[in-house]
Amino acid sequence: MKRLLRIAGGALLVYLVIVMAIAVLPAIDLSKTPPGPGVKPLTALQAEGSAVYAANGCAYCHTQQVRPLAEDKVFGRPSAPGDFAYQTPELLGSERTGPDLSNIGSSKPSDVWQYIHLFDPRAVVPESVMPNFRFLFQVVATVPPGETAVPVPAAFAPKQGKVIPTRQAKALVAYLLSLKQTPIPGYAMNGGMGGITSAAPAAAPAPAPAPTAAAGGYSYDAAKGQSLFMANCAACHQATGEGVPGAFPPLKGNAAVDADDPTLHIHTVLRGAHGITIDGVAYSSVMPPFADQLSDADIANIVNYERSAWGNHARPATTADVAAVRAKGP
Amino acid sequence: MQATVTAQHSAVSADDDRALATVFSAYTVSATCWLLFATAAGLLLAFKFGAPDFWAAKYLTFGRLRPVHTNDTFYGWASIGLVGLAYYVAARSCGTKLYSIRLAWIGLALFNLAAIAGTIALELGYNWGDLEYREWPWPIRLVFLAALLVTGWNLIGTVARRTTEDIYLSNWYTVCGVLWTCVIAIVATLPWYQRGLGQVAISGFYMHNAVGMWFTPLALGVFYYAIPKILSRPIYSYALGVFAFWTNLLFYPLLGGHHFLFSPLPWWLQTTAIVFSVAMLVPVWGGSANYLLTMRGRYRDMTHSYPLMFIFVAVIGYLFGSSQGTVEAFRSMQAIWHLTNFTVGHSHLTMYGFVTFAVWGGIYALLPLATHKSPGRLGIALHFWMALVGSFIYVIALSIGGTIQGLDWLHQRPFIQSVTDMAPYWVWRGAGGLLMFLSHLVFAWNVWRMTSGQTGNAGSPILAHTEGAAA
Repeated sequence: MKRLLRIAGGALLVYLVIVMAIAVLPAIDLSKTPPGPGVKPLTALQAEGSAVYAANGCAYCHTQQVRPLAEDKVFGRPSAPGDFAYQTPELLGSERTGPDLSNIGSSKPSDVWQYIHLFDPRAVVPESVMPNFRFLFQVVATVPPGETAVPVPAAFAPKQGKVIPTRQAKALVAYLLSLKQTPIPGYAMNGGMGGITSAAPAAAPAPAPAPTAAAGGYSYDAAKGQSLFMANCAACHQATGEGVPGAFPPLKGNAAVDADDPTLHIHTVLRGAHGITIDGVAYSSVMPPFADQLSDADIANIVNYERSAWGNHARPATTADVAAVRAKGP
Repeated sequence: MQATVTAQHSAVSADDDRALATVFSAYTVSATCWLLFATAAGLLLAFKFGAPDFWAAKYLTFGRLRPVHTNDTFYGWASIGLVGLAYYVAARSCGTKLYSIRLAWIGLALFNLAAIAGTIALELGYNWGDLEYREWPWPIRLVFLAALLVTGWNLIGTVARRTTEDIYLSNWYTVCGVLWTCVIAIVATLPWYQRGLGQVAISGFYMHNAVGMWFTPLALGVFYYAIPKILSRPIYSYALGVFAFWTNLLFYPLLGGHHFLFSPLPWWLQTTAIVFSVAMLVPVWGGSANYLLTMRGRYRDMTHSYPLMFIFVAVIGYLFGSSQGTVEAFRSMQAIWHLTNFTVGHSHLTMYGFVTFAVWGGIYALLPLATHKSPGRLGIALHFWMALVGSFIYVIALSIGGTIQGLDWLHQRPFIQSVTDMAPYWVWRGAGGLLMFLSHLVFAWNVWRMTSGQTGNAGSPILAHTEGAAA
């Protein structure tokens, strides 16, 4: 009996000590992490949406942790301890089959986009392998007062009736749109924590300084432009540039895009748009501003890609043009 | 050990033998049902990567089935299978009967109750924050804890009434594995230190301790009993086994933080995890060497013994899977592999190539000794080769695909490219998964023959002594 007690008791005791040191005590301390500047608790509806998120296992494919690596820059600034002060249960996730969602409320602020995407992800992202969440929607013959139908593209819409979100879908979208990273002074996008790993680029590439802007010259990198367009714009405006009828405006043949004066085009990319009417069609969806995320050179590349693709043939804009519009402010 | 067990055998009556065999059989049959169910879910999940709209209804959506797959393979299949083996090993290696047959049945009922309730809860959307492997609502996890306590009590009671002075090493692993897991279950459930980032720290701890301090020690305990049993020779070095036991205890619990490298968890916690991920090479290589050296000179005999083949694959799975884990834990490697499908390949190399093969090896080696019934030679061969080839395809496909995924990110390509690039590898994963699932159907048939059906022609798992035969 003594021998059994020595082995089992000893091993248990050693384990308890280690568990206290590596898990419980650090967790007690970390649970007291104060919220970061501007980080707020969820509203009741958002909290309900967070529960819908967990119930349907969103976190198995989507992370909510931006790493201080150059490759994660596309998802926002590196996550900070204070970001998670109100996130219980934690939803950091361990797999990124789909993109990180830490800042999805800023990068895809349109509830219309979120609803279409949940109803059928392939309606807006053709290559997506995310399951559809049609069970979060109802198909009705007539839209009840106070409800808004989701403008699902015809190819993906039910043959008859209109699609309206259930309460669960509304809560989920409210939650997704609440996922916005708050700015932290002195905590730059990337770079600030660069050099922590030998495999990642030691420091993030500095914001492109637009080398020849002063001389008025610029180089339009078509491949870069297309790649940036696909990463930042295609989810709504689509790779075909045709948008989603009634939801997101086309860029192909768009008067602002195909105009000789690039000012309005550049301004829209820099500052975003909301509730505008194009060619007699009113768009309720929100376009996010890209001024804080993309350099002048990147925006010039995107804009020039849009101005030359799909049969558009407007005068190319320069990095200096972008800088000039940026300088004018919002 | 062999001699002591035989000498003491007379202290155990035929009734006790029958009761032990019934318990062992019941645990094995129950575990097998969970294996079939959980891997059918897994196969459906694999299919959904190619056909995301297939069966996308509420209860069949990917995000609800995924935790059903992981939890039921963990807590239905592997846990119940290993506890059944642990009971048999404890009673036999201690030369005594089981402390309480009744407690063993209660434990089995509790394990099944937890897994059934957990599955229903996840299907209904009661998922505790997608926190991996602890998604079941807390009352259900308490049922699982109760099952563990019952099992621990029963194993300790059995070892306490042993007829030998020494406690055979297998029981160190199984008894302590159960005790540690009780601690893990409690730590994972108490809420006071699990707010925000505090919970992240517990998640990292839990994710790895639930596998490394539960499945690993129980599977290693099975190795220490089954390999000497099949080969009728003692373990190569008992002292090395004891050394691996204590180093495993000291190093393993500290490495959980490597699941959250580059997260906002404190840097020291992440670095500690990396350091001890490397330290784990000591018990892993020490333990593996011990098993392989026990088999030394008898590798040719494997062609006559599928039970030994299963265990051999499991040892290699342990060696490779754990060493891979060490390599993965480096920051430079994590920068590429973290969050990709590579991790899924790793978890299948370990939970399948190591743990599941160990359970199979243990069952094929020991269940026929308990029930005096054998599977068919063809059945056991089909099971082995389909499972082996299937898991090879599975792990290799996801390792290559996951690497490509990571490189796509590293080169900052549009995210969607990492999705489209995975498509062929997901198809291969599904093909491997199908072979694995088919092998489980054959396994179920083999279990039927070892427990209830007509005995097959595979013969005794204990190898004839070739040296002796030659003399």
